[in-house]
This record gives sequence, C-alpha cells and structure tokens, in this order.
Amino acid sequence: MKVGIPSEIFPEELRVAATPKTVKRLQKQGFDVWIQRGAGTKANYSDKDFEEAGAKLIGTAAEIYGQCDIVLKVKEPALTEVSMMREGLVLLSYLWPAQNPELLKKLADQKVNAIAMDAIPRISRAQKMDVLSSMANIAGYRAVIEGSYHFGRFLNGQITAAGKVEPAKILVIGAGVAGLAAIGAANSLGAIVRAFDTRKEVAEQIESMGASFLTVEIDEDGATSSGYSKEMSPAFIEAEMKLFTEQAKEVDIIITTALIPGRPAPKLIMDYHVAAMKPGSVIVDLAAATGGNCVLTKPGEVYTTDNGVTIVGKLNQLPAQASQLYGNNLCHLLDDMGKAEKWKIDMEDAVVSRAMVTHNGKINWPPQPLPVSPQKSKVDPAKTAVDAKEAEAKSVKKQATGMVVKLFIIAAFLGILGQFAPSDFMQHFTVFVLAVFVGWQLIWNVSHSLHTPLMAITNAISGIIVVGGLVQIGMLADPMENLPITILASVAILVASINIVGGFVVTHRMLKMFKK
Amino acid sequence: MISEKIQIATYLFASILFIYSLGSLSSQESAKRGVFYGIIGMFLAILATILGPQMQGGYVYIISAIAVASLIGIILARKVEMTSMPQLVAILHSFVGLAAVLVGFGSYLDPGEKIIGDPEADVKHIIHLVEVFLGIFIGAITFTGSIVAWGKLEGKIRSKPLLYPGRHIVNMLLLATCIALGILFSMQEGTNGLIYLYIMTGIACFIGIMLVMAIGGADMPVVVSMLNSYSGWAASAAGFMLKNDLLIVTGAFVGSSGAILSIIMCKAMNRSFFSVILGGFGDAPSGEAKEIEGEVTAMNHEEVAGLLKEAKSIVIVPGYGMAVAKAQYPIYDMVQTLRKQGKNVRFAIHPVAGRLPGHMNVLLAEANVPYDIVLEMDEINEDMPSTDVVMVIGANDVVNPGAQDDPSSPIFGMPVIEAWKAEQVIVMKRSMSVGYAGVENPLFYKSNTDMLYGDAKDSVEKILSYIKT
Repeated sequence: MKVGIPSEIFPEELRVAATPKTVKRLQKQGFDVWIQRGAGTKANYSDKDFEEAGAKLIGTAAEIYGQCDIVLKVKEPALTEVSMMREGLVLLSYLWPAQNPELLKKLADQKVNAIAMDAIPRISRAQKMDVLSSMANIAGYRAVIEGSYHFGRFLNGQITAAGKVEPAKILVIGAGVAGLAAIGAANSLGAIVRAFDTRKEVAEQIESMGASFLTVEIDEDGATSSGYSKEMSPAFIEAEMKLFTEQAKEVDIIITTALIPGRPAPKLIMDYHVAAMKPGSVIVDLAAATGGNCVLTKPGEVYTTDNGVTIVGKLNQLPAQASQLYGNNLCHLLDDMGKAEKWKIDMEDAVVSRAMVTHNGKINWPPQPLPVSPQKSKVDPAKTAVDAKEAEAKSVKKQATGMVVKLFIIAAFLGILGQFAPSDFMQHFTVFVLAVFVGWQLIWNVSHSLHTPLMAITNAISGIIVVGGLVQIGMLADPMENLPITILASVAILVASINIVGGFVVTHRMLKMFKK
Repeated sequence: MISEKIQIATYLFASILFIYSLGSLSSQESAKRGVFYGIIGMFLAILATILGPQMQGGYVYIISAIAVASLIGIILARKVEMTSMPQLVAILHSFVGLAAVLVGFGSYLDPGEKIIGDPEADVKHIIHLVEVFLGIFIGAITFTGSIVAWGKLEGKIRSKPLLYPGRHIVNMLLLATCIALGILFSMQEGTNGLIYLYIMTGIACFIGIMLVMAIGGADMPVVVSMLNSYSGWAASAAGFMLKNDLLIVTGAFVGSSGAILSIIMCKAMNRSFFSVILGGFGDAPSGEAKEIEGEVTAMNHEEVAGLLKEAKSIVIVPGYGMAVAKAQYPIYDMVQTLRKQGKNVRFAIHPVAGRLPGHMNVLLAEANVPYDIVLEMDEINEDMPSTDVVMVIGANDVVNPGAQDDPSSPIFGMPVIEAWKAEQVIVMKRSMSVGYAGVENPLFYKSNTDMLYGDAKDSVEKILSYIKT
C-alpha cells in the first residue's frame, strides 16, 4: 500500500505530515512512502533526509492524489486539491468538519474517505492520536515564549547587586492541554502563574503544574461529557468578568486558551480589561484562529494598543517539532487501523467511526456523542460527610470491642497458665513474650532492600542454639561415660557453629556490596 | 571461671547487642556496623557459656567442633554466589533445625535434669517433657522442610508443587498422631518415652518434607521466610528446655523476624498466608477469563538500542530470569553507559521478585549498582506514566496488568509494577511461556509492548554494543 505526503499549499502552513523518523515508522508498518519534493522544506526537513529514510520523491501533488491509497496532510485541503483526489482515497488531515460543510460535500462527492484528525474523540485509547492535544501542547509552550519575548522584563524574580527584580505574573485562562502546557512552561521560567477555568475538576491539575487556581464565588461547573467546557450562565459570566478586571490590573501576561468546539471562541477579555492593563503587558491569544478570546485580537497579527499592551494573535508553530508530533499521531492512527497488512476501515471502531467524516460518498457528521469518563454520581457532600463520620465511629467502636475481646482471651490464657505452671516457667515465659514484641517492633523497621541480609543475619543469630550444646556437653562429668549425649551435643555444636560463622560472613559480604 | 550472675549479665548484654544488630538493618549505612554487633554478641555469649559455673569439661570436643565448623562456615560463605543466596539461607535453616533436634534429644537423655524433693517437681517434669517434645517437633519440620526448599531452589527437586488429593486430611491426621504421641510421651518415667520421641521425629520430618513439596517455585520467598521463623521458634523452645533466657530471647527475635517477612511477602502477592502454606495456587479462577486483545510484536536488539538512545527516563524491572541468566553485570554496564549520556535510569523492584525477600537488591548490589537508584514498587509506580521506556528483564507476574483489571485472573488484586503505563515497554524473555502463576500476561499483547526473545545476558550485551556504536 502506498502512503503519500503532498506539500502544503497554504503559505502560512509550515508543518508537514511526515518527518524522516515517521517515514521509517510507516515503512515498518508495511507501507511504501511517497513524498512530494520540497514538502518538508518549510519545517527544515530536506528531500535528502526523506530519501535517506526510504521515501520515494515525487514531482507533483497530482501523482500523489491520483495513485496513493492513503494521503497524509496537515491543513484541510483546498477545493483544487480535492478535485485531484481519486475515488476511494483515504485522507488523514485536519478538516474542521463543523466549519467546512462545503469541503465535506466535495470530499463525499469525490468518494474520498476522509478522516478528520481534529475529530478524533477524546477517549483514553485515542490519546496517542489526538492531534489537538499534541498541537495544543506546542501552542501552550510557545505562548509563554512569545509572551515573554514581547514582554520587556524577566519572568523570574531575582535579587541582584543592581537591585531586586519582581517576578512576572502570568494569568492563564482555560486549563486544557494548551493551558496546562503554558502553566508548566511559565512556572519553570520562574513566573508567578495563576489559572482560571470554568471546570472545577481541573483545579487539581492546575495546582499540580504549579499555578494557583482562581475561581468565582458562583457554584456552577462547566464540565461536559465531551471533555470540553460548555458556555456558562450570565450570572457566572458577570462574576468571571469582574475577576478578570481585578486580575488585568495586576498581571503582566495573559494567555487565553478557551475554545468551544465548532463555535467561535468565547470573548473573555473585553476592551475595558485591556484598558486596565499596565503598559508593557502582553496578551497571547491562542484562540485567534477562531476569532480570539480577546475582543481586540487581530488574527494573524501582533500589534500594540494605544495604552501599550501588546496583543499576539499569531504564533510560530515550531514546524519541525509540530510535524514530528503530528506525524507520530498519524502513525498511531494507522497502527490502530491495522497497518498495511491488515488494513481495514472499521466503522464499528469507536475512534474511526467518529473521525471518518466522509465514507463511501456519504457525509458522516456530526458523529454520535461519546461520554469521556464515566459520570460520577452526584452525591450530596453533606450527607456523605455524615455517612463517613458514622462509618468511622462504627469502625472505631468495632475496633475497640475487638481489642477488648482479644485482651480478655489473652488474660484468660495467662490466668490458666499462671494457675498450673511453676514460677520459673512463668519467668521464662515473660521474657519470651516481651522478646517477641521487641522483635516485632525491630523487624518492621528493616528496610525492604535489606531483607536478604536480614535473613542471613537472623540465621547466624539463631545459631545461638549452640549454647544448648555447650551446656549439655559441659555438664557431663565424664564425656566418655555418656557417649550418646556427647555425640548429640558435639554434632549440635558443629552445625550451629557453621550457621554462626557462615551466616555472619555472608551477611558481611553482602552488606559490603551495598554502595551509594 | 565466672559466677552465674556474671554469666546472666553477659547474656543480657549479648541480647542487647543482638537488638542493636537487627535494629541497624533499617538503613544500608548502619547495617554494616550491625554485623559486628552481632558477632561481638555471639562471641560473648559463647565465652560466657564456656566459662560458666556449670562447665565441668569436654573442652576438647567443644573446641574441635567449633574449629571444624568455622572452617566449613567460612568456605561456604565465601564460595557462595549471590544468585544462589536463597539456597545457602535454606541450608543454614536446616542446620538450626537439626541442632534443635539434637539438643532436644540430648536434653531428654540427660540424667542430671530431674530435681528431687521439689513440691512442683512433677509439674516441672511434665512441662520440661512438653518443651522437649515441641522443640524437637519444630526442629524436625525446619530441618527436612529446609532441605527440600534447598533442593527446590538448587533445582535438584522439581519446583512444581506436589499436590495429591486429600493431603490436608493426611496432614491433619499426622498432626493428631503427634499430639497423641506427645500425651503418651509426657506420662513416661525416666527415658522410657524415647520410642514415642523417635516416632514423632519421623512424622515431623515427613510433615516438613510434604509441606514444602506442595509449594511452587515462586512462593519460595514465603516458604524460606516461614522456615526462618520456625528456626527461631525452635531455638526458643530449646531455651525453654534448658532454662536459658538468652536462647529464648534470641529465638523470639528470629521467629518474629521470619513471621514478619512471611507477612510482607504474602501481602505483596495478595494471598493469605494459609493459602501459600497449604500449597497450590489458591482456588480456581472464578468466571470467564477476560479475552486478551492485541497481538504480540517483537523487536530486535538494534531497535531496542535505538529506543534506549532516544529515551530520557528508563526504568528496569528485573525478575528471577535476571538471576538465572546472571545478567546483572552487563545490565549495570548498560545502565552506566546510559546514565553517562544524561538519562535517568532506575530499577524497580517488586517485593516478591526473585526467590528470597530482597533477593534482587542483593544481586544488583553485587554488580555495584548504587542503592539510591534501586526503588521499591510503591516509590516508582507513580513515575511510570512519565517514563519513556520500561525494560522488563526476566519478570512476568509482577508486571501483569490483569492483577488490576481482570477480576477473573488468579492474581487479581496483587499489587504489581505498572509497567504498561510507560510510553514503551520492552519485555526480555526466553519464550512466550507463562509465568509461575500460569497466567497469560496481557502486558505482552499491549500495543506499546514489544518482546525481545533470548537469554537476558546475551541480549543485554548485544544491546550495549549497539548503544556504544
């Protein structure tokens, strides 16, 4: 089977759908790889690299669209490209099916089986092919770098001979993959990071990345079954706006990452927010492509407002890195679809059936909704707290009764023993029981990695039984007279001493080996 | 010659030294001192006994026995390879068991034991007989059980569990017989009960053999710990019959130590102590086994080397297979090479990996692996999702995801190393055969798992040569 990679014709698109590394991987999956000359140039991959990796260089896109079985692309194809595609071709690309109904129709008419990489459902199994996540990760990282570039100060706080430098404060709005990546990058550069999200469940993730979670006083959860957040109620939005106003006065860089699938990006940063910001502050709008989260964003442009706030509406895509990750995502999907050998378009498959937006001439969009994670049953927190308390009280009570019963049995046993046993036995028994307790406490402290030396040393110590043999043989007035005892005791001394010496020597040998 | 009071004081001091010795094992650094505490304690104990007021002679026998024993002990301990540590431990257990049996017989035959004119004399005599009987019983089980364990570990006896129908009933009957013999024995005057003692010793030896025969290879850590515990109780019992507190105390330490190790091992396998001791692998799995999806894919050495070169964080999970192949040296060579390239390479040790508690740690220490990169299962599991490559070397059941997600699996609920959460898993194995538990391992079928077949040592050496080029 032939997999083809045409050049991206959109001038702003720097990425390519395969890199020399993924070409090797595709071949391992059993595919022949064709790549258009110059396809990787903008992402810094030369034709020579591809050829060395085993790909066949092809002159024109028409040849690829006309003869390959599978075509890998990044940007959704232009209509002129679609017209070159042969019937039955499988296309893997960004398609944005919700925004491009016309493109879908054209693909269906052409009987192209198109998989929209942006429509891969967000379930655990499909994470490895989720291009939105892999690209969002890059965008989040890059947002911090670009923001810092346009921001005229350090991000981290420093105390230098020349004076103290305050750390920059960064606000990240939306804690999806991009938001979390931005938090991570900003945090590691030393900035003070705050993050806002309408979904309460991400608070923990935000905090784990090193940012503080901002929230509004209204109790409303924006989480949905698709993994994206929904639009919120007016009261919530009002509270949110108030929060942003307060933050805008304080923070130096705002990074917005809020997206609602299939809709224009929500407007979160209003003109009055921008006006409240300090001169020199930066807004990086990752939603610029779908209209921007900031009302003043100009998609594809970086400019400075009258009050000195730089608004970044365009990001470098890190094309080499992005191509690598995107190419890996594609490989994973092809892996999942059976590689070359067992290639199959399985419309029963949860991933393929949802991402395959045109199949055998039919449009298959929008897909069936798919719940991401099993919904936790909503329980009244107050009630569960009471239940938990009750359960705890019960278990404490149970433990206490168990303890009483146990102590009672022990006391009864000791009582009976004391009744019949002679006093010197009781003395030895006391020593024995206390020693068991001491041993019990001692051994729990032993480090797991030293369990073998522990066994060897207890082995040596249990050779103390030699004392028994010594006493027996020593008490005989004439060893020759009591030959059986002499022999028994001598053999006992012999084996027990082997234990003592062997045990200690081997323990010492082992412990000597443990090095830091 | 020293007085009895001084002797007791010396015994007490020796006990304290033993406590220090065991207590110092809480860390690798202090452990080295611990051995010396133990040695000094033991030396003082023996010295105080020999110089004690009871001693009337027999020094020739004592000194020659100890001299011969020391020679044997030193040779044994020097020659033993770290991979055969479990065998050595097992055989040393059998010595303690044997010594306990011998001391028991000696104590019974000793005519000087009976005190006349004491109002409690009869009770004392019966108690003494019970102590002798019990001491020999435990000693004999330890003795033969340890020998069978040694044979299994050494490969001289099949490691497959020997199970026959009705074995529980047979064991019960034998135990009941021993109790009956014990009652008959304690009613005999003088040394007339010797015949009962002989029969009981024979039965106890048989129980010891059958007990360990019924237990399979991978359960050996539990068995060896259990025998360790028994050898302690045997020493304690000897202490009771000789009225010697030092023996009682030391035996109790060793006994509880072995018991704790058994508990830790059982927890690590999510099995009850009794199901291990009674042999076999618990009950048959309930319900239909979960079907395994995916297929097994293999890699060659060069590809594995390529993966390792690119990885940043690598975790190695060794198992008994590493010990068998003696692969720890080339593995550490490889680890050193990878660490020099700035990669984070660590080891993950499951508590029951190997045939002895802590066995893997000792093997890695032997190959000079610094102990701060050797981590326990619980320490490393949370890092698994951020690990690039996990290399499973000769381990199987301890990385079986079925233990977490397949309720029908016999090992369901056993804590395991979550290797499958890493980006890529490489499993080095001789063949596709199942592990000890006889359970298919779904890990091998996962899409992020690749197999590398062959002897672990050869494979690692080959990978290393590719990494270096």
